[in-house]
Amino acid sequence: MSGESTYTPANGFTRWLDARLPILRLVNDSFVDYPTPKNLNYWWTFGAILSLCLAVQIVTGIVLAMHYVPTTELAFASVEHIMRDVNYGWLIRYVHANGASMFFIAVYIHMFRGLYYGSYKAPREVLWILGVLIYLLMMATAFFGYVLPWGQMSFWGATVITNLFGAIPVVGEALRTWLWGGFSVGDPTLNRFFSLHYLFPFLIAGVVVLHVWALHVTGQGNPAGIEVKDPKKDTVPFTPYATIKDGFGMVLFLILFAYFVFYNPNGLGEPDNYEIANPLKTPAHIVPEWYLLPFYAILRAVPDKLGGVILMFGAIAILFVLPWLDTSKVRSARFRPLYKQFFWIFVAVCLGLGYCGGQTPDKILIHVGDGGFDVTDLSRILTIYYFAHFIVLLPVLGLVEKPKPLPASIADSVLPGTRQDQATS
Amino acid sequence: MKTAMKSISRAVPLAAIAAIGFSLFSGMPAKAAEGEVAPIDLQWSFEGVFGTYDRDALRRGYKVYKEVCAVCHSMQFVHFRNLGEPGGPEFSEGQVKALAAEITVEDGPDANGDMFERPGEGKDPFPSPYPNPEAAAASLGAAPPDLSLLAKSRAGGVDYLYSVLVGYEEAPEDFELTTGYYNKYFPGHMIAMPPPLSDGQVDYEDGTPNTVEQMSRDVSHFMMWAAEPKLEQRHRMGFQVLIYLVLLSGILYFAMRKVWADQH
Repeated sequence: MSGESTYTPANGFTRWLDARLPILRLVNDSFVDYPTPKNLNYWWTFGAILSLCLAVQIVTGIVLAMHYVPTTELAFASVEHIMRDVNYGWLIRYVHANGASMFFIAVYIHMFRGLYYGSYKAPREVLWILGVLIYLLMMATAFFGYVLPWGQMSFWGATVITNLFGAIPVVGEALRTWLWGGFSVGDPTLNRFFSLHYLFPFLIAGVVVLHVWALHVTGQGNPAGIEVKDPKKDTVPFTPYATIKDGFGMVLFLILFAYFVFYNPNGLGEPDNYEIANPLKTPAHIVPEWYLLPFYAILRAVPDKLGGVILMFGAIAILFVLPWLDTSKVRSARFRPLYKQFFWIFVAVCLGLGYCGGQTPDKILIHVGDGGFDVTDLSRILTIYYFAHFIVLLPVLGLVEKPKPLPASIADSVLPGTRQDQATS
Repeated sequence: MKTAMKSISRAVPLAAIAAIGFSLFSGMPAKAAEGEVAPIDLQWSFEGVFGTYDRDALRRGYKVYKEVCAVCHSMQFVHFRNLGEPGGPEFSEGQVKALAAEITVEDGPDANGDMFERPGEGKDPFPSPYPNPEAAAASLGAAPPDLSLLAKSRAGGVDYLYSVLVGYEEAPEDFELTTGYYNKYFPGHMIAMPPPLSDGQVDYEDGTPNTVEQMSRDVSHFMMWAAEPKLEQRHRMGFQVLIYLVLLSGILYFAMRKVWADQH
């Protein structure tokens, strides 16, 4: 789909440069003339939105690092210094802190979009795997970053997560000590987390380049889930068509972002993190940030610590092999009546796991006599369903489901009256 | 046109899903455990898009803090100079100097290597009553928390602070009070802090009745400012940013329709 380059240098300088470093040709072929399926909907603007999120996090993060001090003695106070004394420091920190949440809301929408429209299927398996890798790096980055303000949740969250590595047989204890740089979460831990928190966004940026490269080799998927047949009829040039649409999507997203930054800047955080870390005082409830809650629920659902750790990481690892678990040849859920229903159940299960992760495990949901059905019970059912979705449902659905007829071409699919799913999309 | 309207109508559920997702996760991390009573929900002048602090309430609240709270509690991240900054109590320069000069600060070393004492200045933080939390715990039984961020570090925020201050009552008969005092709103109901306020305790110069409720309200207001001194600036800028973004989204929307017109 990338096809032949359509770039023609306009003047002497660009001709000279093109013969030496064809960077303008690259930009032109990637972001200007790049053929884009004309039937993309707003769920496809989240790629651009995510690029924006990464840029915002890097820029605000670099400024914050100019004022932040990564020692247990001064970290908390330096964050308050940023909030109170640095010019617009409160703005930069609130953008960065809420930016992390915005980044995750965007990445979850982007990933569920991929699941709904079968974006991971051949020939886009590598594109999908790179995306999962970015997601994994994002979670690590967010975890490191959350430790830096050195509040109560920073400290206790770091203690809980690093202790998970202690569950690994034989080498666990040694590994944990090595991660800490001591015998508990302390100064060396904070300092290395700061270093890694600064490094990882650039790793993400590197994998994003690969992700976009892979995208431009295979071409974008689209809601109809069929390949481009006639580029003239089925596609439009990226600029101006996709650029303006992405721009519009980005501004709508920024409105949500601005609401949180300016009117509810602490709504997505834990109040406890405004209390300085105290190793002698364990908070009543240790909870991670909202975007990690589903995995926290899976971790706690398993009675055995090592088993919980394996399932928690397995919940992410299984995404890497997703392209080979789904046996259906049809990509888009629009034409897969059964999968479409199971997709929405899966979304509900993920939200349910998130809910469980935020509650105390012994909270009773349905009272029966003295005991009843508690959060742990619900987490267990949802965890089993989460894995069953990938291991049982996806392989079986592809074999038993009778897909609806696919449109003849992308151009056909956008002509009024021929869309199969007017009522449901 | 129709297609354009359809595409915008598809962006709406997207925002709705995001909002639902947020409220699902953020609204209810496990907080309503046993022994916790939801705080009294008060109206505050700093709430809402155009919310600002009430200068008079902040000044009264500062007086309550200084005469009552500061006896046991520190407020280490707030400096005297902050009292004169925009968006706070906005004391005049002379008042800030006078308030700061009421304390004595150890400074130095001087040219001879000796420490010396001087009157407080704007740059000094509010004085801490104890040199360290250990000394406070040794003297009071438990170290009182620093008040700089209490309005943000407690679930329920400023409503919770007010509720605890007015929430002292007789322990119910079936409640076994093993230590401290019974407080309706404090998690677990047993609080080490004795009831700090009584009617008429702090002299109000502006004629406001100095009841426990009023003083609690004022000092909570003051602690909110101490925790969030840039709130007014944030609200103002947020409104400008939102206006800008809404206008920009309108322009982009119509530009997009124009660009896509030949495709539909």
